[in-house]
Amino acid sequence: MSIQTLFYIAGRLIKGLLVLFVIAIFNFFLIRAAPGDPAKVMAGEAGAADEVFLQQLREQFGLDQPLYYQLWVYISNLVQFDMGQTYRQQMPVFDLIMDRLPATLLLTGTAFVLSLGLGVLVGVIAASNHRKWIDSAISVAALVFYATPLFWLALMAVLLFSVFLGWLPAFGMETVGANYTGWDRVVDIAEHLVLPAMTLGLFFTAVYARMTRTSMIETGRADFVKTAKAKGMSPARVTFRHTLRNALLPVVTLAGLQAGQMIGGAVLTETVFAWPGIGRLMFEALFQRDYNLLLGVFFISSAMVVLFNLVTDIIYCLVDPRIELTK
Amino acid sequence: MKKLLLQAALAAALPLSCINVQAAEPTDGGTLNVVVQPEPPSLMIGIYSNAPTQQVAGNIYEGLLRYDKNLEPQPLLAKSWESSEDGTTWTFHLKENVTWHDGKPFTSADVVFSVDKFLRETNSRLRQSLEYVDSITAPDDYTVVFQLKEPFGPFIGLFETGTMPMVPKHIYEGTDYKTNPANHHPIGTGPFKFDEWQKGSYIHAVRNDNYHQEGLPHLDEIYWHVIPDAASRSVAYETGKIDVLPGGSVENFDIPRLTGLENSCVTSEGWEYFSPHAWLWINNRNYPMSDKRFRQAIMYAMDREFAKNALWNGYGKIAKGPISSKTKFFDEDLPDYEYNPEKAKELLKEMGYDGTPVRLMPMPYGETWQRWAEAIRQNLSEVGIETDMVATDVAGWNQKLSDWDYDLSFSYLYQYGDPALGVSRSYISDNIAKGSPWNNVEGYANEKVDQLFDEAATAFPDSKRAELYKQVQQQLVEDVPVGWLLELEFPTIYNCKVHNLIDSAIGVNDAFGTAWIEQ
Repeated sequence: MSIQTLFYIAGRLIKGLLVLFVIAIFNFFLIRAAPGDPAKVMAGEAGAADEVFLQQLREQFGLDQPLYYQLWVYISNLVQFDMGQTYRQQMPVFDLIMDRLPATLLLTGTAFVLSLGLGVLVGVIAASNHRKWIDSAISVAALVFYATPLFWLALMAVLLFSVFLGWLPAFGMETVGANYTGWDRVVDIAEHLVLPAMTLGLFFTAVYARMTRTSMIETGRADFVKTAKAKGMSPARVTFRHTLRNALLPVVTLAGLQAGQMIGGAVLTETVFAWPGIGRLMFEALFQRDYNLLLGVFFISSAMVVLFNLVTDIIYCLVDPRIELTK
Repeated sequence: MKKLLLQAALAAALPLSCINVQAAEPTDGGTLNVVVQPEPPSLMIGIYSNAPTQQVAGNIYEGLLRYDKNLEPQPLLAKSWESSEDGTTWTFHLKENVTWHDGKPFTSADVVFSVDKFLRETNSRLRQSLEYVDSITAPDDYTVVFQLKEPFGPFIGLFETGTMPMVPKHIYEGTDYKTNPANHHPIGTGPFKFDEWQKGSYIHAVRNDNYHQEGLPHLDEIYWHVIPDAASRSVAYETGKIDVLPGGSVENFDIPRLTGLENSCVTSEGWEYFSPHAWLWINNRNYPMSDKRFRQAIMYAMDREFAKNALWNGYGKIAKGPISSKTKFFDEDLPDYEYNPEKAKELLKEMGYDGTPVRLMPMPYGETWQRWAEAIRQNLSEVGIETDMVATDVAGWNQKLSDWDYDLSFSYLYQYGDPALGVSRSYISDNIAKGSPWNNVEGYANEKVDQLFDEAATAFPDSKRAELYKQVQQQLVEDVPVGWLLELEFPTIYNCKVHNLIDSAIGVNDAFGTAWIEQ
């Protein structure tokens, strides 16, 4: 990697930090623009509250301070990597997020690898059998999964595999109370992972499949592919060495987008399958107006997006050496 | 003929013997899997008084008394109690063999600390009742005396775990209650001890081997599972992963299907203390709601029988007025607002209603409430009142109600067994204040009503209170400050192998101390 490239990456990182800073301030105001406040939501759950109680809560959360002061406290804490306390659980936001992060990464990571691998494979198969029945079958299936709402798909999968067939557990990440260790635990988690990862992955599998297929067919008409075929190269070698490699660029772009959503993008799936991840944490925090927690999740998610945008750009130049990382 | 009779006798005897077998001696052991929805913010019941907290923490903490399904007080941490003739001095004798989960003895000092120091600071609902208490003293280790300023009718109803839980003095005294680390590892006197809380997944409690009631609890352990989606909760029950769905944890339209499953039992008991009462908020401040006839017309226009049968599967009871029929001092003889659209139209005509449309804000508490709003919208439309629906989420709904920025909306509140605890708060004019969605949000003010409620709280004995509450109910039903809908019932669905699940007036919010599982 050249010095120029390293400079480029460093520059991007600095720009990224600036972007994160602006996003943090923007989020701060955006959240407070929503009606309602956390003290009232918490009091509301108790079904009764007097002004004294609400005031106590607001003081405890620091919400009785003027807005500019709250912003100052938030940003100065954030700079020191302190995201504050959650209102509801009374835990440091960072601890809570780290507590829930592994579950989400396991789920979204599995779905990511699964959908990318399967999607590209199926797309290649379809493109190689262009206008044959197998191509049509794949295209129709991809369209169906692309168009089906995630939520409905998840519920149907639960009905089929958990209720009727009884093969797979319907909710949670582990069998509660079984206290498995070692390999048993891995198998147990894997069983719980199948349905949510499938649900989450199918949409992107469909997207990758469609994209790979289109891109492959287009690239397959290019002159250099004709040349490769003409010089007697085996069809498999043409497909993987020449066509696929050139057809992959749009797929990488899309994969970068999906990877950026790995933290916050599984809200629905985590809710339906009671998966103890971050998406759910964020969703619940939103309804409870737990500002600190919500800002914390937003911050980490935006950091991920910034990071993966950079990674995507680096991968571009690995896939296609003609692309250079310079300003 | 004789044979036929014999067969009939056999047929009659058969199910009976089955019941006898089932009601045999409780067996010890087993794990109970329960749903808790939503995930509680904390298990420190003295600070957090919401339903999910109490549902779990009611097994860990205890109050001095518990209440049977007729709201009669029963011993728990107090073995006996008596009051002076004039109802102002109450003496409680504590059990002597009670220890906290960390092994320290439970004494009268804990009671005085819990009520006078801790709860007075942290529990807004109890704080209001404690206004009537002059002093709380402990003449010896196992006696506590409450000296009241004047007789307070509902006093003996205050000692349930959720209202007045006992907290350990040796852990909390002199600390900041809200940030005490023990809040994350609750220590009580209850039949189950806190073990572990996997945030987002489950809460685990285990049997307290040193529990103060001989032979209890029967269960080894309890898991409360956090499953955020209502349909997934139904599935979890269907697949046998969950034994108990506490009332309100699945959508109403799923109830008939789930109760129809094999070995599925259902009960609507265990809500007597709360008696949740649902009504339509009517903003009395603005035209046309400011006209009594308009509010009466709403009462006649609503088909509450339909709502009960179609939306609540027939569970519940049409509310006659402000006091639930399960709460003390309910007046049977109140006039009914039957479903009568013609009468509603007459009233509207009489007042000269000009057809101004009103806003209707459904309660964002799930599908049933949304549908209920749609049903009422249609009812109102049939008598000529047009409505605009306002969509919100929970926080927004709270905000709009507490800013009085609404025309019609919904709510339901607990009554806590006594009108002075859970009814008067919604109607007295002292309670009109912006900033809370739980007070007199409708803005109804009537001096006579204020005075009656005020007198009734401290009148002595009960016969006097009954007379005053009768008058106040009649006045309120005439004025219709809010549109009473239903006395809600939230059926608890559970696997029939679980016995004695609901054992008191607070149902699943009480400890599962006497519950047992058929092995």
